[in-house]
Amino acid sequence: MSAITRFPERAAGVAERVSGFIAHLRMNGMKAGPGETADALAALTRIDVLDPDQARMAFKTLIAAGAEDWRKFDDLFDAYWFNAGRQRRDARQSAHIRTQSRRPTIWQPHFGEEANGNTPAEPEASSTGLGDEATEGTEGRLLATRTDALTRRDLRELVDEDTLRRAEIIAHDLARAIRDRRSRRRKAARRGKAPDLRRIIRKSLARGGDPVDLTFKRRPDRPMRIVALADVSGSMSVYARVFLSFVKGLVGADGATEAYLFHTRLMRVTPALRDRDALRSAARLSLMAEGFGGGTDIAGSLGAFADAYAARALNKRTVVIILSDGYCTSQPRQLAAALARIRRKAGRIVWLNPLKGWRNYAPVAAGMSAALPYLDAHLPANTLEALAALEDEFAKL
Amino acid sequence: MNHRELQSQLAEAGYVADESLAMALYLALSLGRPLLLEGPAGVGKTEIAKALADVRGARMIRLQCYEGLDASAAIYEWNYQRQLLAIRAAGENEAADAVEERLFSEKYLLRRPLLEAISQDEPPVLLIDEIDRADEEFEAYLLEILSDFQVSVPELGTIQAKSRPMVILTANGARDLSDALRRRCLYAYISYPDRETELAILARRGPELEPRLAAQIVGVVQALRREELEKKPGVAEMLDWAAAISGLGINDLNDDPAAVQASIVCLLKTAADRDAVPGEVLQRLIGKAA
Repeated sequence: MSAITRFPERAAGVAERVSGFIAHLRMNGMKAGPGETADALAALTRIDVLDPDQARMAFKTLIAAGAEDWRKFDDLFDAYWFNAGRQRRDARQSAHIRTQSRRPTIWQPHFGEEANGNTPAEPEASSTGLGDEATEGTEGRLLATRTDALTRRDLRELVDEDTLRRAEIIAHDLARAIRDRRSRRRKAARRGKAPDLRRIIRKSLARGGDPVDLTFKRRPDRPMRIVALADVSGSMSVYARVFLSFVKGLVGADGATEAYLFHTRLMRVTPALRDRDALRSAARLSLMAEGFGGGTDIAGSLGAFADAYAARALNKRTVVIILSDGYCTSQPRQLAAALARIRRKAGRIVWLNPLKGWRNYAPVAAGMSAALPYLDAHLPANTLEALAALEDEFAKL
Repeated sequence: MNHRELQSQLAEAGYVADESLAMALYLALSLGRPLLLEGPAGVGKTEIAKALADVRGARMIRLQCYEGLDASAAIYEWNYQRQLLAIRAAGENEAADAVEERLFSEKYLLRRPLLEAISQDEPPVLLIDEIDRADEEFEAYLLEILSDFQVSVPELGTIQAKSRPMVILTANGARDLSDALRRRCLYAYISYPDRETELAILARRGPELEPRLAAQIVGVVQALRREELEKKPGVAEMLDWAAAISGLGINDLNDDPAAVQASIVCLLKTAADRDAVPGEVLQRLIGKAA
């Protein structure tokens, strides 16, 4: 390769190719713009341009803005620069990521198997017949179905737009009720009730000992944060849509709320739920919802949450809300261990269980009874009324 | 200079950096941008600033962040006591203007780490440690310093940097940093070192050990990181443990199980973790590592 043909027939090509690369990264969810393009071009002058590995490392450090970007950068780099098959070193052909830019890779296995199954927009269509022992053969045992009042119908019987909207509104109110808390401590503030003597004396030094600048103390807002983990496995599929709306309501009420879905794997859905474009949001979610059905690995999912997200998502002012029926394929011991790890970091753990609203329900399933010692509350969530009643329960926490 | 030279210079200073970290440092230095380092505790994020200062023969200025850190502790404060004394001493002979001029001169300014760092003649290494512990408001103060290398003091005007410090920020992921701060920094994620790198670190930083024992130690630590632990042992813990093993005069981890089990306090720092690794488990790990 001679020096002249470094970028064949593209005299203005370097800048163009690099800005194309930046656009490619942006399409894949990284925050990069013209500033990064300029940086990347500047960096190219400092390194050996002919060595792709150096360029890779340089671009990576310039453009990645967090651990997540750092992990996915290499694949994106390969996809853009080597997609024409111009492999330099290893023969490994990287996945052509650009064609599936927004589709989360961990859901890919499901597309193969279920592509001809239910339409993604209608997860509730995957009815109880989908290998679900939990709800089978229990018809008529529902406390709530006896009455005609719409709000007291069991959620699995009734999924229309109105219900979804109601669930979202209820969640919104609930999130606000949880969020607004005040600290017990007092902190310095410009206005407030109690004078902050220590600071007044310190500031009076600058005025020769006369207390001219007054500062006060007040109890600052210490909002509680919410982390919601919703089970969307087979046994929960009848409730999944309403719970998704519920979670969306929680997320919409406050900028700090985080939401995750799980069945056999865990998936962070906060960005999808926050998407202001309702259509795109629905599309992104339904792609994820493709994983509905099948088994549940609650312990594994909660463990994955504790590993990957807990350090950032949890603190002592966090309420963790788990929406699940507690039917789990993994060992109860593992579930207890995962909850114990979350327990250490989180302020409160609340388990919303749709089965709990059923008459005669007792948490005898091994998983649920192992989980109980770690919960602050185990509450029913099978009707809208039950969801609405949660507000009072949460106020007590 | 290129990044490989920097890498070998760091290695001489006793810091084994992998290639992508060396590249990040090299670019941060040559483009004059701050570098944000993230990664689990104990992988040597803080250490790299010291090594860099060593390589450059520069002074290291460290700002340890904590909740409630404010501008007067991080940037500057007026030395009120001295100002008061000066007023008393001035008496009535001096014109009021002149006194004022004098009182608000740099002589009466207490330089905290950030101002200190930009007023050095030789560019120092500025380490802003655990930035995610500071409040979000504090990040806003940092933005001006990190992008323009200047500090505004209302009474004095804007103080420009005499020389551009090399800025290294570290974060543990206690909270999310703002996009504004991330955009101004280059970024590198440091994870736990692989086996070869860790052996190299042990050879450079640890006590003199037989290769076999060193391999055992690194093997056990690497295996421990794969276990479900609350606090995984970092590189610093590994070095402590190696020092302890060498101090106890153990030549083979299989020789003295009781002493090895007792020395595990260097690696596992919570009660739950110690319970999770009883003697049998440790023996099994040692057996595998050998």
